Amino acid sequence: MLTYPLRRLAISIPTLLFISLAIFFLLNLAPNDPMAQVPLTVPPEVKEKMREALGYGQPLLVQYWKWLVQFFWIEPQVWIDATFGTSLSEGKQRIISWQTRSPVMDIVAQRLPQTLWVVGMSYVVGILIALPIGIYSAYRQYSVFDQVGTFVAMVGYSVPPFFSGVFAIVIFSISLGWFPSIYDTTHQVVDWDSFVFQLRQMIMPVMVLALQTTAQLSRFMRSSMLDNLNQDYVRTARAKGASEWSVVMIHVLRNSMIPVVTVIALGIPSIFGGAIITEQVFKVNGIGQQLIGALYANDLPTVQTLTFMFAFLIVMFNLIADILYGLLDPRIRYD
Amino acid sequence: MTETSVHTPSSKWRDVWRQFKSHKGALIGGVIFVGILLFVFVGQYVWPWEANQMNIRARNQGPSWAHPFGTDQLGRDTMARIIQGGQTSITVGLTAMVLALFLGTLVGVLAGYFKRLDGLLMRLTDLFLSLPILPLLLVMMLLFRETLSQLYGPETGIFILIVVAIGITSWMPTARIVRGDVLALKEREFILAARSIGTTNFQIILRHILPNVLSPIMVSATLGIANAIITESALSFLGLGFPPDFPTWGRLLNDAVDYLQQYPERVFWPGMAISLTVLSINYIGDGLRDALDPRIRGR
Repeated sequence: MLTYPLRRLAISIPTLLFISLAIFFLLNLAPNDPMAQVPLTVPPEVKEKMREALGYGQPLLVQYWKWLVQFFWIEPQVWIDATFGTSLSEGKQRIISWQTRSPVMDIVAQRLPQTLWVVGMSYVVGILIALPIGIYSAYRQYSVFDQVGTFVAMVGYSVPPFFSGVFAIVIFSISLGWFPSIYDTTHQVVDWDSFVFQLRQMIMPVMVLALQTTAQLSRFMRSSMLDNLNQDYVRTARAKGASEWSVVMIHVLRNSMIPVVTVIALGIPSIFGGAIITEQVFKVNGIGQQLIGALYANDLPTVQTLTFMFAFLIVMFNLIADILYGLLDPRIRYD
Repeated sequence: MTETSVHTPSSKWRDVWRQFKSHKGALIGGVIFVGILLFVFVGQYVWPWEANQMNIRARNQGPSWAHPFGTDQLGRDTMARIIQGGQTSITVGLTAMVLALFLGTLVGVLAGYFKRLDGLLMRLTDLFLSLPILPLLLVMMLLFRETLSQLYGPETGIFILIVVAIGITSWMPTARIVRGDVLALKEREFILAARSIGTTNFQIILRHILPNVLSPIMVSATLGIANAIITESALSFLGLGFPPDFPTWGRLLNDAVDYLQQYPERVFWPGMAISLTVLSINYIGDGLRDALDPRIRGR
């Protein structure tokens, strides 16, 4: 039972290493100068020394190795220090952003909560809307509700977030003036009024992201329910006199949830990708916007670290989805 | 079996067309998509305004008979720009789809047909599937745009870059589907028969395998166009697509967002164009999938 997860974990390590190497070489193919933003009055010798101080003059493989060590060895130590008050990482070189000259992970730590709040909330909202719609559409297949649901899902799937987001801003913040169009990340929730304000500014980004999740997930839930509704065990459950509610919500739903749960796990990394655009639309100060800002400023260490973090999320959630599938469905055994 | 199919020998493609016609959404989607294609590719010759023709006296106008979609901050006709932008967006979508399909089919057929290559190629597919696509696309756009602009000129250079970038990051689903189908086909008798009369591997793939995996490829093609159009628009929207004076739908949307407070209606047309195109293509894909599925067809 345990060998399969372990083997998958063992495969995912070289995958991640290869991806990080690919990102690293892709970034270093292009001519980039960390000193591009430094004023012209600084003499060239000084600039050369500053470059060396950032580790720029060394061979690529050495630079890559240093990045690996910094990301996988030193940054976790910093994290442990911050949590338990130890001093493991003292005096060790961390990944430094060329843009701000401060450690990349500090900025990530500042910005991650915003992204997690918006993305996480939208995913939860999307799931909560999608599952009942999917269940009811399948139960009343080809009804008006099902037809409308199919159409709305198709629209939600086809309209890109950079249009639905902008469209929502035009309607709800410019025409109606209900919600603010820019997300204020400095806002602190202290009392009821500030909580209401936080809620109002979160509604639009969350709903725009949730629309995408809902569209995909409700279709998937529907087809998964349909697969199960015609099975023999459903007829057996009805024949033995189980109530309709318990047939659908207990017998069918539990079996239908198996593939849906894995799809939910698989979708988590892609929602972070979608958040890049949504954050740009609503000016949410999250890691997606950090990536865009770093790209424009040629800040390679930040781009490298963030891109790799996205890759890490994808590989990890693929692994989780695979293992979940085996755990939930007793018919599937990995040997 | 209906009466007509007994008398007239019906080919597979006629059955497919009949099934496709019965899917209302797909039919409407097809009509709308053809309409958009006509609007975008023929409209240029009918519509009197040029996309980059400035008229500073007629700037920021609302809809009128002369400019049905209004004009922008430099007095350029929005409808002409939508037409011009649509040509770029749809051409990028089609070309990127063809490239992705070619790569996907190549990898899928090789992996399915040659057992020795299977493990390696499927590992490669898995690897590409775990890449963070949007961040990587952004990185590629940023790093190579200067080089390619200098080599091929700003427009062609960026075009090549976008098409190649989208193509090499979206072939994986096609490869997986094609591989699965080839694996099943390879064991069939007609392949054995072909091999026993001395047909070379290349000929078997070309004459016997490829025509039989056409259905999944066609379905991936429709989804590929939709995906490529959205990706190109997203890149342009983030400011990393085509240069500013070269309109695409995503670029127009991005420009309109700058004037969101003063002229909110401006985001409507480019956004609508993207959404309607993608929606119609998705419906075509849906109908095509049903029409090409032998379990559904002929019911």
